[in-house]
Amino acid sequence: MRPPETIEETSVTVECDRDIVVARTQGRAMATQVGFDATTATLIATAISELARNILLYARRGSIRLSPLDQDGCRGLLIVADDQGPGIPDVSQAMRDGYSTSGRLGLGLPGVRRLMDGFEIRSTIGEGTTVKVKKWNK
Amino acid sequence: MEVVILKQGPYLIATIQSALADADIVQLRDALVQQVGTHRARGVIIDVTALDVIDSFATSTLRDIAHMVRLRGAKTVIVGIQPDVAFAMVRMGLGLEGITTTLDLEEGLAYLDRETKITANQ
Repeated sequence: MRPPETIEETSVTVECDRDIVVARTQGRAMATQVGFDATTATLIATAISELARNILLYARRGSIRLSPLDQDGCRGLLIVADDQGPGIPDVSQAMRDGYSTSGRLGLGLPGVRRLMDGFEIRSTIGEGTTVKVKKWNK
Repeated sequence: MEVVILKQGPYLIATIQSALADADIVQLRDALVQQVGTHRARGVIIDVTALDVIDSFATSTLRDIAHMVRLRGAKTVIVGIQPDVAFAMVRMGLGLEGITTTLDLEEGLAYLDRETKITANQ
């Protein structure tokens, strides 16, 4: 039996709209490596697209880190969107459907939460925002 | 830009060839709204078969295109949304209400033929 392949953690710097495409393309590739089906890989790629765009819109610069997960034989993917932007003044408001301060749809974060299995957000005014999302291969 | 806009009769057909960055979609919007006038087009088809992700920005820009094209006097059809993409859009809560979508290019052309004929007979 060949040993399970090791999947390297990767990080994508997000500072222009092309980087959004790069981040979600790498996310889809890693999702496929981890063993997700094409439908779930599309959910993951869509979530990454929203997270990367939030970075660009609100913080202008940040990163998307992609890491494989393995817990008791259950595999998954961890996505961490990190920026040192202005921070979100009211996180619970940002998590509400239809809310946006950028003049866009405002479906970004609540939509991402619906696409993924785990969702964690930490934001400090003047320091930045970190969003951690997970998807398990069920 | 990875989009080719072809003129076929009274219609413009924009075929997206690969993943688009936000600026590319905005550029497509401006080109289509402009060319509806240049070619006096009656209908616009946007073929998104090659798009593997349609997120909130792409959705709102596609909606903008359809509305702007309508204000210019033509109709828009979005064709070729893939099953996985449709699933992700629904889960996200993204929709294209009020905008015509068809399975593929053939259906899109048939729709525009019907619609523009109806308008011409009125």
